[in-house]
Amino acid sequence: MAAFYSFMAVLALVFIAAIGAGSAGMYTLFGVAIPYVALLVFLAGFIYRIVYWAKSPVPFSIATTGGQQKSLPWIKNSPWDNPYTVTGTVIRMILEVVTFRSLFRNTKIDLRVDNVKVVYGSAKFLWLFALIFHMAFFTILIRHMRLFLDPVPACIQKIEFLDSILQVGIPTLYQTDLLILVGLTFLLLRRIVDVKVNYISLAQDYFPLFLLLGIAISGIYMRYFIKADVISIKELTMGLLSFKPALPEKALETTFFVHLFLVSCLLAYFPFSKLMHLAGVFLSPTRNLPNNTRRQHYTNPWNDPAIKPHSYAAYEDDFREKMIEAGLPVEKEA
Amino acid sequence: MYHAKYIIPALLVFLAVVTFPFWAKGKAVYRVELKLPANQTECIEDTETMRTSHMQILDHWRDKVVREGERVYTNAKGVKYSMSLTNTCMSCHSDKEKFCDKCHNSVGVAPYCWNCHLTTPKGGK
Amino acid sequence: MAKLPPPEELVKINYSTPVKGWMDVPADFRPGTFSYPGKPDILKYLGFPNPREWSPTDADWKLPPDWREIIMKGFRERLDKYRSFKVFMDICVRCGACADKCHFYIGSGDPKNMPVLRAELLRSIYRGEFTVAGKILSRLAGARKLEEDVVKEWFMYFYQCTECRRCSLFCPYGIDTAEITMMARELLTLVGCNINWILEPAANCNRTGNHLGIQPHAYKDMMDFLCEDIETITGIHIEPPVNKKGAEILFITPSGDIFADPGIYTYMGYIMLFHELGLDYTWSTYASEGGNFGLFTSDTMMKKLNGKMYAEAKRLGVKWILGGECGHMWRVINQYMDTMNGPADFLETPVSPITGTRFDAAAGTKMLHIAEFTADLIKNGKLKLDPSRNANLRTTFHDSCNPARGMGLFEEPRYVLKNVCENFVDMPEETIREQTFCCGGGAGLNNEEFMEMRMRGGLPRGSAVKYVQEKNQVNTLVTICAIDRATLPPLCDYWAPGVQVAGLHELVANALVMEGEQERTMNMRQEPLPGFEDAEEEE
Repeated sequence: MAAFYSFMAVLALVFIAAIGAGSAGMYTLFGVAIPYVALLVFLAGFIYRIVYWAKSPVPFSIATTGGQQKSLPWIKNSPWDNPYTVTGTVIRMILEVVTFRSLFRNTKIDLRVDNVKVVYGSAKFLWLFALIFHMAFFTILIRHMRLFLDPVPACIQKIEFLDSILQVGIPTLYQTDLLILVGLTFLLLRRIVDVKVNYISLAQDYFPLFLLLGIAISGIYMRYFIKADVISIKELTMGLLSFKPALPEKALETTFFVHLFLVSCLLAYFPFSKLMHLAGVFLSPTRNLPNNTRRQHYTNPWNDPAIKPHSYAAYEDDFREKMIEAGLPVEKEA
Repeated sequence: MYHAKYIIPALLVFLAVVTFPFWAKGKAVYRVELKLPANQTECIEDTETMRTSHMQILDHWRDKVVREGERVYTNAKGVKYSMSLTNTCMSCHSDKEKFCDKCHNSVGVAPYCWNCHLTTPKGGK
Repeated sequence: MAKLPPPEELVKINYSTPVKGWMDVPADFRPGTFSYPGKPDILKYLGFPNPREWSPTDADWKLPPDWREIIMKGFRERLDKYRSFKVFMDICVRCGACADKCHFYIGSGDPKNMPVLRAELLRSIYRGEFTVAGKILSRLAGARKLEEDVVKEWFMYFYQCTECRRCSLFCPYGIDTAEITMMARELLTLVGCNINWILEPAANCNRTGNHLGIQPHAYKDMMDFLCEDIETITGIHIEPPVNKKGAEILFITPSGDIFADPGIYTYMGYIMLFHELGLDYTWSTYASEGGNFGLFTSDTMMKKLNGKMYAEAKRLGVKWILGGECGHMWRVINQYMDTMNGPADFLETPVSPITGTRFDAAAGTKMLHIAEFTADLIKNGKLKLDPSRNANLRTTFHDSCNPARGMGLFEEPRYVLKNVCENFVDMPEETIREQTFCCGGGAGLNNEEFMEMRMRGGLPRGSAVKYVQEKNQVNTLVTICAIDRATLPPLCDYWAPGVQVAGLHELVANALVMEGEQERTMNMRQEPLPGFEDAEEEE
């Protein structure tokens, strides 16, 4: 049901853009106003969310240790899974963010009822397809800079060249266009097919998937099927960037407006959704802190020095006679 | 706010990257001006077809010429052309830099036509 | 007490999901799956709110009239105090990687034991009460309102989490259910919903210095009794120093080990080791608890109980503190102690008086783990060991959750173990070290009434023990945690009968060749040593 609602929501967004920028001809709204607002919402929302998180302290250093601690010199430490230095922690974070190291650990269980055994299998598909999706998405984002930068920097051209290195078809197929579809489809099907994941999934888990699929499909449709007029599109984007927005002389394709509207929705939705894991992963105290709190002091800003243990004096008062009788030393004789 | 000395710079870097296109913009107005051939008013097909499909037409030509030995292209109006990038296209669009490259470069497209093909008939330049 | 079904029955676990969404499935308080609530007098002693007689099976939980405001206020306060709480509420993508990592989920099949759903129990309220989208879209946004049924559900499932952090290891964002469970338990405590098995030890610890409520003279008595056993076994008479001022080292270990089999053998092991070394150290009756059930209650209670360690170290004037084998004790010491009650400037960085090794890893807290201490002794050849005395034992090692994922203490105990016992084999890698499974009774859930759930949660551990038992004829499960020593014996009896549980320093004590000892014919349990079985029979 959650999946259905999300699908319908994205479909509605597609129709809004198709009608609004299609037959209704509200080009300025969909081509200029909404993208500006969406970007503003994204930036403001992003800052708001980070500041909201940052306002709370990290009272304790609670790294989840994933390997041998640094203790005796002759015992080999796991510098990346159980870092005790800043460098190690930075490497741990990089591996986490870039390679999804924790997800790579994933296993799956199988219960053998007949001989009462839990067995463990490798379960790397989630890691693989999540990585495929994220990497493809990131590459596509970078590649799009050709429409936002003039002249197009050489590095962007290089990425574009590499992304279409197989030279399949005309216009050449970007591998990431396929990969993002593969990644998204896997993530979506997994949510629908895997009963466990299906049970925990909310509408807000399906919505971004459908939205991203909509964005990817409309983009692919523009490039390979209707061959949207990239020059005109760039005229629009560059106008937006120079704050002198003007619609290009030639009318832009409706699909382009659908694409742009879905992207605008994604931007505006981003800061208020789970998609903020992009920033949150950097602020996760189980990952971004070294395991060194036995080595050096870590300060809790709200530590209350007034909280004292039940004092020894009170303890001795309570048990003095018994202690003396048992031959235990006491501070004050009875 | 806690850990501001890490979070604020990181946030600023993020914002800088996200808004990079805004402050990295080059020319004030983006406009692609093409130098159209002086002596011709019509291409082999109408302008819209040429815009969206020139790459496919050329690709198709290559296959015809190289694989099937067929060298004549008949357009929608029945006019016949020699299937040759250099001799047909570039005889009118003689200045690659002022025509082909204009669009290609401005949106970062790098077709590999000219890795092999000459830019002018008879191999001048 | 509920009757525990046999393993063949219990293992028939249904992993299918209910037809109804989880918000529509109320918590079902079946005997064996929940712990008894805190007794009113204990709550009163601790100054905790809403002391009363009640049972989770009651329809009316006698919550205070303004319970909803209390919880919402507490929720807001904790969001402001813990960034982890905010971030973990916001960024979960429900990828499900954590789902089958929880021992309680594996053993029960209850979807609300998937860490992600356990957290959603709180997240749904967070969305419903704190976010605009949640207020408008309600269920469609995964949000709901705080109702009494939600409190009941929280009580059920946040006392079905042992804060073992296995899920946090696998989470791509490091979301730590232990943090979430801690928050939820604090919220529940605000309205008087907590469990006696945690609160009574905490109350005891506050007054008597240890969870079991052993008073100083009784502690001394028990110690003397154990020393008599040591004399029977070794012929050596030891009088361990207690509350001795001016000693170099203060030794603190969980009280569970002075009290019950098999912990007492480890306790005796410490006494023998320190005696053999001629260590200038002392025990304390005031700080006679290594563990800290405050960790399972609230940060305030944790700090209060933990504070005794430094207070006593200061009073006795020791140079540094040595800590015994315990699980959550080491989470507290490694990740909380110095922050809460440090810096301990009046102490010195631990230096082994025997080997001269300086333990920089403990330079902040000034507190050293006994496994680190003993490993260093063995490495430097300072102990005379006869591993053949443990030749009848085929051992494997259970990594306790807290030293594993809250510290990373893996090699030190294994090194010691391999040096005192020649037969050692690890369990499958998915069940040890950082991936280790809980005993099913951590975080204050090692009570009798929770037995069915403990056995369910113990299934992954039990299964791994059974695996090495069948494959490698393992007969002894060694561990460095007092709660493990209480929870693993019934677990092994249930899932892997024939495997006994021992502490690391019990095996050290077996192997330790002491100056002036009589010929050792029996081990710490007063069972015949290998080669002396016949002699025993003749007697």
